[in-house]
Amino acid sequence: MGNFLQYTLTGLAAGSLYALVALGLVLIYRSARVLNFAHGDMATFGTFVAFSLATSGRPLWISLPLALLAGAVVAVVFYFAALVPAQRKGATQLGQVILTLGLALIFQGFTVYQWGAEPTSFPFPLSDTKVWKVGPVYVSELAIGTLAAAALASLLLFLLTQKTRLGLAMRATSENLQAAQTLGIPTRQVLAFAWGAAAALGVVAGIFLAPVLMLDPFFMLDPMFKGLAAAVLGGLNSLPGAVVGGLVLGVVESLAGGYLAMEFKSSLAFVLIVAVLLVRPEGLLGKEFQERV
Amino acid sequence: MAGEGLLEVRDLTLRFGGITALGGVGLTIAEGETVGVIGPNGSGKTSLFNCVTGLYRPTSGSIRFRGESLLGLSPDRVTARGVARTFQNLRLFLNMTVLDNLMLGRHLHFRRSLWAAALRLRGEEVRHRERCEEIIEFLDLEAWRDARVASCAYGVQKRIELGRALATEPKLLLLDEPVSGLTAEEKDEVSYWIHEVRGRFGVTVLLVEHDLRVASRLASRMVVLDHGEKLTEGTPEEVQRHPGVIRAYLGDQ
Ligand SMILES: Nc1ncnc2c1ncn2[C@@H]1O[C@H](COP(=O)(O)OP(=O)(O)O)[C@@H](O)[C@H]1O
Ligand SMILES: [Mg+2]
Repeated sequence: MGNFLQYTLTGLAAGSLYALVALGLVLIYRSARVLNFAHGDMATFGTFVAFSLATSGRPLWISLPLALLAGAVVAVVFYFAALVPAQRKGATQLGQVILTLGLALIFQGFTVYQWGAEPTSFPFPLSDTKVWKVGPVYVSELAIGTLAAAALASLLLFLLTQKTRLGLAMRATSENLQAAQTLGIPTRQVLAFAWGAAAALGVVAGIFLAPVLMLDPFFMLDPMFKGLAAAVLGGLNSLPGAVVGGLVLGVVESLAGGYLAMEFKSSLAFVLIVAVLLVRPEGLLGKEFQERV
Repeated sequence: MAGEGLLEVRDLTLRFGGITALGGVGLTIAEGETVGVIGPNGSGKTSLFNCVTGLYRPTSGSIRFRGESLLGLSPDRVTARGVARTFQNLRLFLNMTVLDNLMLGRHLHFRRSLWAAALRLRGEEVRHRERCEEIIEFLDLEAWRDARVASCAYGVQKRIELGRALATEPKLLLLDEPVSGLTAEEKDEVSYWIHEVRGRFGVTVLLVEHDLRVASRLASRMVVLDHGEKLTEGTPEEVQRHPGVIRAYLGDQ
């Protein structure tokens, strides 16, 4: 029983980060129907910005917000400089996805050039070796911080999309772009905002992953795929689905690693996805978008 | 035609590859008028609306609204100038409530900045809600205020879309086949509302209607399109006597 709780808790902490990555992917997918393959690399970039600021002696409360902002700005620039012109020229959805792949490669190149490919450790005030015993389980400081950060980010995103006028405009834009436009909603700005917010969520995930994984230009590759898996699991267009998908994935992975075999841990994620998609193609919480009547 | 036109369309041409959807259409609408655009299917009526509202870029020609060109403006900018529309195939936000759909129509009239939009400005919110409630009452939508649009009947959805367009407080309202697919009784109701809208909200109406009877009842003037060109225009009586109309429009029924 103690083991089970321990694996579950560890899984929730990991899953909350998958959830953050998934939220960013879903935010973009819902509004633009584009799967953003550069998501992980945008997050990596932002995390390196945080790294540079932190190692040059800036306090955390400055370097973290600046890193989020850097990630967001880069995403907004990509939206306006590459995606909008491509859409104007009538690029297909697939064409736009390929553009994000291209962006991912450019980012990787830039990150390697700027920060080198050697793994470095990320200076972070929360440690994963400092642990407390709570009842039958051990919790690390980092795990608590991770869960808290993910919960806060999800809550803020929920309040934004459900309780504000900007959120209403975002939902309208993602449900029916042309209708939103003809109501006077500046859909380009709304979409640019979604890109920025998505990238910022990715950077949050990156910053909490870096202390565990060691920082190198490719460190987000695995979390990106897990996030994608979580997003698909949740239905790809549902924000709550992304959170549920991430947590389920994290816990299942952790239990599998504990009870079955470590080697099995990663592939299990994808076995789970295949299984869910066979039974429920729309994902756990996904509702299919109603297209034009 | 009283004074200068509210909307002036000149030589409007729109081509899709080899297809000429509009071939040099011109029309002028004066403030306060209700003008009907009629014509058989595929004659370019919806394309005309799409050009005016910025969804399509015309190949050539000019579109002026209150003396200023609308060409090249994005759809949201066109709406900001005071043009609202409904769609032939409804484009509602099906997963939202009726009230949210109308509130989205108020988007323009909230404060400009995105940051103000992210915060919740209570006083402003209440004021806009009141406007929406007025429209809900006017269109008899009270019973559906908090219902998901997807769960409303087709006739109700048509009304919601009319209400949403009104919520933007337009000066010119473009209605694309507002009574198509409705029962005879619903057609009468919608015709009544369209008539009332002019007095109550002070809007000028341009409506596309396939149903010649409904169009002649509502419009004081009609423009007939055929194969993307203007066949004739005039009062409903004049138009119905036009031999070309009888051939091109009535002949196909
Ligand atoms: N997006 C488009 N792409 C290609 N052809 C179009 C498009 N929109 C309209 N058309 C063509 O333009 C012509 C006029 O269509 P439309 O304006 O919808 O007519 P109406 O509303 O009078 O029935 C039709 O031949 C139609 O096929
Ligand atoms: Mg049409």
